[in-house]
Amino acid sequence: MNLDQRLLRLVRGVRIQFAAAIGLGLLAGVLIVAQAYALAQAISRAFLGGEPLSRLWPWLAALGAIAAGRALALWGGEVAANAVAGHIKHDLRQRLYVRIVALGPAFTRGERSGELANTAVKGIEELDAYFRQYLPQLYLSALVPLLMLLAVFPVDTLSGVVLLVTAPLIPFFMILIGLYATQRSRAQWVALSRMSAHFLDVLQGLPTLKMFGRSRTEIETIRAMSDRFRDATMSVLRIAFLSALALELLATISVAIVAVEIGLRLLYARISFADAFFVLVIAPEFYLPLRLLGTRFHAGMAGVAAAERIFEVLETPLPPPPADSPAPLPRRVTALRFDDVRFAYDGGERPALNGVSFAVEPGEKVALVGPSGAGKTTIVQLVLRFVEPSGGQITIDGVPLALLPPDVWRAQIAWVPQRPHLFHTTIAENIRLGWPDAPLDAVMRAAEQAHADAFIRALPQGYATPVGERGARLSGGQAQRIALARAFLKDAPLLLLDEPTANLDPETEALLQDAMARLMHDRTTLIIAHRLTTVASADRIIVIDGGRVAEQGTHHDLLARGGIYQRLAMAYGR
Amino acid sequence: MRGGRARAEGPVFLRLMALAWPYRWWMALSVLLGFATVGSGIGLMSTAAWIIARAALQPSIAVLQVAIVGVRFFGIARGVFRYLERVVSHQTTFRLLSRLRVWFYTQIEPLAPARLAAYRSGDLLSRIVADTDTLENFYLRVLAPPAVAALVTGAMAIFFSAFDRRLALALVVYLALAGIGVPLLTRRLGRRAGRGLVAVRADLNAALVDGVQGLPDLVAYGQAERQAQMIRSLSASMRQQQARMARIGGLDAALGALLTGLAVLSVLALAIPLVSAGQLDGVLLAVLALATISSFEAVLPLPQAFQHLESNLEAARRLFDLVDAAPAVADPPDPLPPPARCDLVVRDLRFRYAPGDPLALDGISFTLPQGGTLAIVGASGAGKSTLVNLLLRFWDYDEGMIELGGSDLRAYRQDDVRAQFAVVRQDTHLFSGTIRDNLLLARPDASEAELIAAARQAQLHDFIAALPQGYNTWIGEQGLTLSGGERQRLAIARAVLRDAPILVLDEATANLDAVTEQAVMDAIGHAMRGRTSLMITHRLVGLEHVDEILVLHEGRVIERGRHADLLARGGAYRRMWDLQRQELFDEPA
Repeated sequence: MNLDQRLLRLVRGVRIQFAAAIGLGLLAGVLIVAQAYALAQAISRAFLGGEPLSRLWPWLAALGAIAAGRALALWGGEVAANAVAGHIKHDLRQRLYVRIVALGPAFTRGERSGELANTAVKGIEELDAYFRQYLPQLYLSALVPLLMLLAVFPVDTLSGVVLLVTAPLIPFFMILIGLYATQRSRAQWVALSRMSAHFLDVLQGLPTLKMFGRSRTEIETIRAMSDRFRDATMSVLRIAFLSALALELLATISVAIVAVEIGLRLLYARISFADAFFVLVIAPEFYLPLRLLGTRFHAGMAGVAAAERIFEVLETPLPPPPADSPAPLPRRVTALRFDDVRFAYDGGERPALNGVSFAVEPGEKVALVGPSGAGKTTIVQLVLRFVEPSGGQITIDGVPLALLPPDVWRAQIAWVPQRPHLFHTTIAENIRLGWPDAPLDAVMRAAEQAHADAFIRALPQGYATPVGERGARLSGGQAQRIALARAFLKDAPLLLLDEPTANLDPETEALLQDAMARLMHDRTTLIIAHRLTTVASADRIIVIDGGRVAEQGTHHDLLARGGIYQRLAMAYGR
Repeated sequence: MRGGRARAEGPVFLRLMALAWPYRWWMALSVLLGFATVGSGIGLMSTAAWIIARAALQPSIAVLQVAIVGVRFFGIARGVFRYLERVVSHQTTFRLLSRLRVWFYTQIEPLAPARLAAYRSGDLLSRIVADTDTLENFYLRVLAPPAVAALVTGAMAIFFSAFDRRLALALVVYLALAGIGVPLLTRRLGRRAGRGLVAVRADLNAALVDGVQGLPDLVAYGQAERQAQMIRSLSASMRQQQARMARIGGLDAALGALLTGLAVLSVLALAIPLVSAGQLDGVLLAVLALATISSFEAVLPLPQAFQHLESNLEAARRLFDLVDAAPAVADPPDPLPPPARCDLVVRDLRFRYAPGDPLALDGISFTLPQGGTLAIVGASGAGKSTLVNLLLRFWDYDEGMIELGGSDLRAYRQDDVRAQFAVVRQDTHLFSGTIRDNLLLARPDASEAELIAAARQAQLHDFIAALPQGYNTWIGEQGLTLSGGERQRLAIARAVLRDAPILVLDEATANLDAVTEQAVMDAIGHAMRGRTSLMITHRLVGLEHVDEILVLHEGRVIERGRHADLLARGGAYRRMWDLQRQELFDEPA
């Protein structure tokens, strides 16, 4: 279960480095045997043979050389293991991101995006310990003791038998501990992260707690929660420690048994001192790899848990590929048409559009309005081809949208979303999203048109100011204007606007309205309007309700009709 | 601040020690147990070596009896000591964690929110939580290993100098090299590579987060492939940096093994001539060799302890920086009893957030009599929310006066002042917990009937009643996500339940769509009935019946009056009103 086949398959690309990591680990084991031998010889000769230091230098020199060799083998083994982990992480990181891109924005919607980003950032790094420490050690904990046995048996059969008999007990105990620990430790990790989450929640809500005069009573809650956590964890840990005690006793008592058993035979000269000493030095080393595996077990388990999340994404089926015989696209798109378009989220579970038909004529400005959840956003997602309709057809100047290659089609669209994402680069780079190679003066011109130039120039480094935690934090209205600048820079014939609902003061709102009006000029526009003030200036209004077109017409037509639009407008007219 | 870093390291360490001080006896006990564990290991190998060497001389078995018992004792003792050490050290660790959290919370509570304003983002707060989690390991991974190593080294020095001073000296030198020299060396070598790694990791993580969370923008603008390339090249340089770090980090284990080997070699080279000269019993050669090897168990974990020390000091420095700030507001030494009436008078109020900052409020005056309503309108940044922060005593004002019930606001206890206000803010914080928990926050002893009545007034009861678990529905993380309108109505229910004399609505309907805003405004209308109310808004909605409206601009009142008068006057209020209304009812172009 732990040796997840899929994880092992990842090692294939770095077989040589992986073999080197294990080979060097084995070599270090061989050198321990050699060290024991040289040590036994040197001591035996000095102690029983009465040889002076001058004749023992070759053995001591050998000890030095072996120590140097072990150092090199350990170092090389670690470097090789790191290379394995490095390669696999690099490979998975890319595959994961390519997959996320292929699955598209429909997949990363909403809360999942945070979780995905977390998997890509932390999940991949959690594999590090698995491949660097746990997996090589898993092999070595089987191979090195075997090697020791091979060295001990020819020298002393009885000691070999003692080691051989006790050895299988260790994996047996380990599995027992492992099974218990994984079950309980998972529960404990959940408890720990819940405790941390509670602490974070309290810190974030501190002003609220203060407002209600409850901030000091929370101290007791924190103390009680920590204490409860401690008691629960200790009861689990005590048992885990007890199992570790059994393991430790097994190893040390075996060493003690070996020591006594060879000591007694030495008394009757059934074994030579050098052989006896050799076995004694090796005995503790025999158990060491297995005990080391135990300490790396947790790292391995965390890696497996992370791998599950990564593979879940990698194995998510891709949406069907677009048609393979792409149709040619007019150079500048003008008209857009929906015919009985249907769509449902979650594989048909959650219907969003139930047969929507409308047309946007060349150069027309059409506003989409309706209550939240009516399906306005889905329409924009369909036009952007983040999702594909489950029924009906969308056509562009008479060409079915499904026949166009998505990239070519999206090159004709400028999209200004409700909450534009600002990237961790400079302001200029953020605007250049619309035209990656744009010269700076074009970027500035776009910013001017979007009424962004003034506030950008006021920033400490102007257009070169980095955005985000390490740089400038932009307000909602400023982010919107950056997004508008992107659209100006892209200069596409079709405009998709999702009007901001952020808390903007009238002046900022007026600036945005002005920039949007300029952007819409001469372009076919579909705008999701949240403020009826914007709607009034549209050529036509389409009211979406419950996944259908409820009514459409001009502002005045619709007000006169007394339908849902009038009710929406009345909310303001009070 | 950065310049003083090296100097500040000592005090940071000492302050950490002071936090751990109440557990000193527990820590001492677990260090002793750790020492006993390593000591038993050394004892086991030394006694075993002695048995073998002595047996090789074929004495009578009686000579070995005591040593055989000794081997068995050490064999069992090692495991038992290890077990006890783990239980005691983990108990200590958890106690320390609990104390750290309580300590930190107690320190930070008086600072909120004024001194935490820079930490408002979730990221920074999560780092604080992660920092306290890191410090939990301060004892187990930072303090204990060097203490155990020092004890073992000392004991070994005494043990070896019983035979010869030079043997003791050689062993101590090697143990010190492995325990102190190696970590210092790798730390020094790794400093540059470490900085490079931190930088490239930050870039890579930012690119990944951008690439996932900004995917819609990237795809719409055809830039997803470019982002993938950027991630690929950053990932490749991360791989390179990590390989560099591994080449340096690998030195820890390698040099440890090398020094162990050289230590045995040196001890033998010093001891063999002593044996030849008859100054040392030959039996002891085996004992010295194995004792040397097993004593390294105490120093090999020290490179790791050094790493933990660094991360612990960093985490502690960040936390200390935070808690060292002076509270923005303090209770008076002789507070007045809570106010009996709640007339609010503000006179010529001036305030700036920091010296050198522009004035956020520049001479505000108004009177809000008990039962009256007052609205403050203006663009964002005009100073509206600052006023609320001052009323709630989150910040102290510099000039002018706020009077509540006839006395200076500063003469009351902070809690007594806050108890006069029920506040609905734009960004309502809901705690992870049930809806009931979140409501009861306002009045822990409220009855079920009062709870429901408050929810009814906020027009939230029907929504809650329709949920499968009703008022016991879990909200927040791993629970139901409430929409913006539902959150605000919950906040209103909370304010109603609190039943404080003055109701403050601070942009309570911002971020809501028109229909929801209308519903929330209705709920607010209910809640305001019969209460002294202060409304703060940038949207001119529901102001027709307000007694007085103040128009704020850059910290100053530029207009005041009733809605109709202000409209008629044709000033700033009228312009805001027109901007909001005019386009809606004008002929479309």
